[in-house]
Amino acid sequence: MDFVEVPVSEDVPVSEDVPAKKSKVKKEKKKKLKREIKEEKEEQGPEPEQPSGTLLPPSYSLSEIKNKQRRHLMFMKLKQEKRKLKLDLRKKRRKEREALGDKAPPKEVPKTIENQRVYDETTVDPEDEEVAYDEGTDEFSAYFNKLTNPKVLITTSDRPRGRTVRFCEQLASVVPNAHVYYRRGLALKRIIPQCVSRDFTYLMVINEDRKVPNGMVLCHLPDGPTAHFKVSSVRLRKEMKRRGKEPTEHHPEVILNNFTTRLGHSIGRMFAALFPQDPQFTGRQAATFHNQRDFIFFRFHRYIFKNEKKVGIQELGPRFTMKLRSLQKGTFDSKYGEYEWVHKRHEMDSSRRKFHL
Amino acid sequence: MANQSQLCSVWVGSETGILKGVSLSKKRTFNFCDMSSISREHGICALAWGDENESEVLVGCVNGTVKTFSIEKGIFIDSRSCGDFSQGQFTGIAVTPSSLITCVESGLLSVWTEGSTDKLEINVGKGVCRMRQNPARRNCVATGGKENPLKVWDLERPDKALFTAKNVANDWLDLRVPVWVRDMAFIPDSEKIVTCTGYHQVRVYDPLTPQRRPVLEAEFGEYPLTALSLPAGHDRVVVGNTHGQIAILDLRKGLVRGCVKGLAGSVRGLECHASSPLLASCGLDRFLRIHSLEDRSTRHKVYLKSQLNCVLLSSKDLELLREVDTGEVEDVNEKEIDEVWDVMETVSEKGDKRAVLEEEEEDSEETVETKDKKKKRRKTKK
Repeated sequence: MDFVEVPVSEDVPVSEDVPAKKSKVKKEKKKKLKREIKEEKEEQGPEPEQPSGTLLPPSYSLSEIKNKQRRHLMFMKLKQEKRKLKLDLRKKRRKEREALGDKAPPKEVPKTIENQRVYDETTVDPEDEEVAYDEGTDEFSAYFNKLTNPKVLITTSDRPRGRTVRFCEQLASVVPNAHVYYRRGLALKRIIPQCVSRDFTYLMVINEDRKVPNGMVLCHLPDGPTAHFKVSSVRLRKEMKRRGKEPTEHHPEVILNNFTTRLGHSIGRMFAALFPQDPQFTGRQAATFHNQRDFIFFRFHRYIFKNEKKVGIQELGPRFTMKLRSLQKGTFDSKYGEYEWVHKRHEMDSSRRKFHL
Repeated sequence: MANQSQLCSVWVGSETGILKGVSLSKKRTFNFCDMSSISREHGICALAWGDENESEVLVGCVNGTVKTFSIEKGIFIDSRSCGDFSQGQFTGIAVTPSSLITCVESGLLSVWTEGSTDKLEINVGKGVCRMRQNPARRNCVATGGKENPLKVWDLERPDKALFTAKNVANDWLDLRVPVWVRDMAFIPDSEKIVTCTGYHQVRVYDPLTPQRRPVLEAEFGEYPLTALSLPAGHDRVVVGNTHGQIAILDLRKGLVRGCVKGLAGSVRGLECHASSPLLASCGLDRFLRIHSLEDRSTRHKVYLKSQLNCVLLSSKDLELLREVDTGEVEDVNEKEIDEVWDVMETVSEKGDKRAVLEEEEEDSEETVETKDKKKKRRKTKK
C-alpha cells in the first residue's frame, strides 16, 4: 500500500493549480478504492498544464465536453458559482434592507401557482343577479331556506374492511344526524328511493380498494346532484398525534374556504348542506373544507379562546383529502345520468395554473 | 333592446328561463328577459325560428307556453298556452307558413292553425324525446323517444304515420334491443333520416326502401348520445353525449372522423351553421362554444351563467356580421392614419437623417463582421 500512496503525495504539488474543492468533491462523490483514485489523479495530472481548458469562455456549452468526468466536474463548478452568486445577492439585499430600516420597500410576494392562477371566467361575482337566482332556486335551496333538515345515510362499497368501517363511523360522529348502514350488497339505484321515502337528504358512499378508502359518492336527495370524489390521505383518529378527546354531539360550525368558481360554489353548497344550519357554539367544534389547487382538505377541530388574543385549536379527526372527479345532475346514475362537469385529465390538466373549483 | 337583439347571431335558451343573445362579432352577450320576473317555470326547452327570414324566435317554456320574440323590436310580442305541466316539456317546436307545430313529452303532437281556435292533435306515443321538422317539406315531421321508435308524420294525413321504424333484430342472446331515440335529423336531398340513441348508437333510416330497419348503424363512445346535427357538407353528422364528448361521424361507413374537445359537461344543444363549417354547442357546463368543423378548434367560448338547454344559429349572420365589422374597423384605421399623417409636421432635413441612418447601417454591418470574425476565431480554437 505504501507504494500506492507515494504517487498520490507526489501528485498533490502538481495539482495545486486545480482548485482544492474539485478534488474534495471528487473524493466525496466517488468513494472508490485508493488505487482507483490514484489512477484518476494520474489522468488528471496533465490538466493543470492547460489552464485555458479550465477557463472556458462563458458561451462554451458544457454539453460539448466529451469527457464525462470532466463535464461533471465543470457542471458542479458552475452550480457552485451560481449558488455563491445567489447567496451573495441575498446577503446584499438583506444588508440593504437593514440599512434602510423602516423605509425598506415591501418584500416581494413569492410566486406560487395559486397566485399565478389563470383567470377563470366563471368566478362568481356576489352581486350577480343571475347567478344568485340560479343558486337561489337550485336543489339545495330547500335547505338554505330552512325547509329541510339534513339527514345523512353513510354506507360503503360491498364487504368493507377495517379501516373503511372505522372511517365511516368517525364520519358519522362528525356529521350530525348521520346513520351508518351496512351495504348488504344492495344496488345504489334501489337504495335511493328508499332513502327518499325515509326523508334522507344525503347518501354518502365510501368506496375502498385493498382496505384503503379511496372514493366517495355524495348524492343529494331527492333530486340530485351527485358528486364523485377521489379520497386520499385518510388519517383516522387513532393515527393522529396530539388529538383531542372524542367529539361531542353538538352541531359543528362549517368553514368553506376558496370555493370561488361557479362549480366551486355548487360543491361548497353541497358540503354546507351536509350539516345543520344552526351550529351549537357551546360545542366549540368546527369542520373545515379547505380548497387548495382543486384538492379539498377536510379537518375537524375543537377550539378554545385562551384570552382576548389567543386561540388554541385541537384536532379531533379524522382528516382526509378529496378531489372532485365529476358532478352529475340528478341522483346517482353513472350510466344514463347527465354530467354537469367531468374531470378530463388530458384536456383539462394542460395548464398547471388552471383550477376548476 | 332592439339594437342589441339585431346584433345577435346566436340564440341560447337557458334552464333559468332567460333567452340569451350572443353577438360573436362584438363578443357580447345580452339577456332578453326581465330579471325580476324570471322563474324556473319559464325555463326554455325549445327554440325555433318563427318565419323564413328569421325575424322572430319562438321560445317553448317548461310550463307549456310558447312565446314569440321579435328580433327587430327586441321584446316578447306574443305568448300563447300550448300545453301544461302535466304533459311534460316541449320536445320540439316548428312552424309551417300557416301553422305552429308543438310536441310534448307525453306524445301529444299539436298543430295550431293561425287565426282559428281549432287544432289538430296526433298521439305519437309516450316518452317522446324529440320532434323535428323536415326543412325541405315543412308539413312533414319526425318523432321518437324512449320505447318509441322513429316515426315520420305527414300533417295533412294525420291518421297514420308515413314511416315507422322497426326495431333492430334481437341480439346474440336473442334478447330484445331497447329503443331510445334521443334526436334525429332529415338528411337534405334525400329521404334518409339519421337518429342518435340513448344507447350510443347512430342509425340511418331510409323510408324509400321497403326495409324498415336502419340501413346503417354506428356507435360512438359509451354514454348516451343527447344531441345531433348535420353540417352543411354531405355525409357527415355531429353527435354529442352526456359526458361532453362531441364527435363527427362519417355517414358512408359510420366511422368517427374526429372529436371536438373542450366541453366539460353534458351536451344539450348542438347546431351546425347552414353554410359555413361552424358548430355551436351548449350544455350543462354553462358555456356556449363555437367550434370550427374544419380543424375542430374552438373559435369562441362564452360563459353564459346558467345551464343551457338549446341553441339556435342564424343562417346568414355569423360570418357576414364579422366581415362588415372588420371593414368598418379598417376604415377607421385608415382615417386615423390619415389624420396622423395630416397632423405630423413635415421634416425638411431629410438628407441629414438619411446620412445618419446609413452610418448606423454601416456600424451594424461592422458589428456583424466582427461577430463573424469571432466565430472564425472560435472555429480555429476548436
